[in-house]
Amino acid sequence: MINPHPGLPELEYLKPSSLEEASKFLADHAGEARPFSGGTDSFVRLRDGVWKTSTLVDVKHLDGTNELSFNPNKGLTIGAAVTMNKVASNADVLKHYPNLAEAARSVASYQLRNRATIVGNICNASPAGDTIGTCMILDGVLNVHGVSGFYSVPLSNFFLGPGKTVLKPGDIVISITLPIPPKGMVGTYKKLGRNTIGDLSIVGVAVLGYPTHETKSGFRFRIALASVAPTPYESFKAEAVLSENPITADSIAEAAQAAMDSVTPIDDVRGSARYRKFMVRNLTREAITETWKKISK
Amino acid sequence: MGFQRITLTVNDLVETVDVPTNMTLLQMLRDKLSLTGTKNGCTAGECGACTVLMNGEPVNSCMVLAAECEGATIITVEGLAKGGQLSKVQQAIIKTGGVQCGFCTPGMLISATALLARNTNPTEHEIREALVGNLCRCTGYVRIVEAVKEAAKM
Repeated sequence: MINPHPGLPELEYLKPSSLEEASKFLADHAGEARPFSGGTDSFVRLRDGVWKTSTLVDVKHLDGTNELSFNPNKGLTIGAAVTMNKVASNADVLKHYPNLAEAARSVASYQLRNRATIVGNICNASPAGDTIGTCMILDGVLNVHGVSGFYSVPLSNFFLGPGKTVLKPGDIVISITLPIPPKGMVGTYKKLGRNTIGDLSIVGVAVLGYPTHETKSGFRFRIALASVAPTPYESFKAEAVLSENPITADSIAEAAQAAMDSVTPIDDVRGSARYRKFMVRNLTREAITETWKKISK
Repeated sequence: MGFQRITLTVNDLVETVDVPTNMTLLQMLRDKLSLTGTKNGCTAGECGACTVLMNGEPVNSCMVLAAECEGATIITVEGLAKGGQLSKVQQAIIKTGGVQCGFCTPGMLISATALLARNTNPTEHEIREALVGNLCRCTGYVRIVEAVKEAAKM
């Protein structure tokens, strides 16, 4: 239910001067204070009355949140305040993680991407999050500051349910680090919406693939699905099909079927569960086929 | 609830405003500065009627707190014309007839202005992609897209 009033509920705005101050405030006011960066998910929830938040804590200027840097040994670090547009147009991202740029570009609109952030997309923990799947299959690790100091958590361990993560009161995600991708990695993000560009996903499929000696087929594919499970979902069963068997139209179709069989979507305003399952199959097949074409070039 | 005093530049004028902490940039522009060209369509960051330039980039002003705008440079539709002359996009949209009720128009002009600043000769697809966040219920978009193409040629 969209609140037609142009304002936000009564709330305070805090701009803390350090990570320590921010984490302490958030922990002391657990349940009442929330960190925010772009605000593109937060403001919607505040207006809908889903959150009863009395203080928004701006993290956009804290140490590390504005970093966008590539290190040839360590990988790519994206700070919590770095917008999706900045990521999608960054030269290092386009060179080493073009599938991430593609996923970021698929979100909403240009205006929204000038405020929305990858880290925010992850922390919002919607199963529909467009950039989450790609970050998962790139083995992203979140760098967090909490009341006890700094710690890391891999994305694979981060999500507990729709909108729920392992973060505790006082925790602020400072950045995400994506390790150097395997040599020869290529990938894509296929998104189905009610229109061609800009909608939330009915189904989203992130695929990457690379040559390797570690599988029977000589290749490894990673497949992550959006909007088809309580959390962003990596389909290991589908991946196994492509590790065990030579990559052909038939094995791709089999992997797509495995992806379809592995998901548990729900009916919602954007589509029925049945439709989503079939679309998972079709989009996965498309995404793998396109990735395979890129690898075989 | 607190108040914050912020100083920012709006359409080339320096303004100092006292804003409640929950006031959005959109509300501040309309209610405190009487710049009512920028509209509220959805209050959810989806329709683009509230689009303004913030530090050169288009944003949905209903999704930005005024308190976050300390030191920012804002351009609204009122700031597009210079010295009494309409901008190229403004002239073009009149020429192509891309205005019906006019409610989406301020946001469209801002998004189009920003597009042409970063891409001087956009393709039709690039124009449509740049305007994805600006919804229009009247025109069917064709003449708005034509206006952007026209402005690019001017």
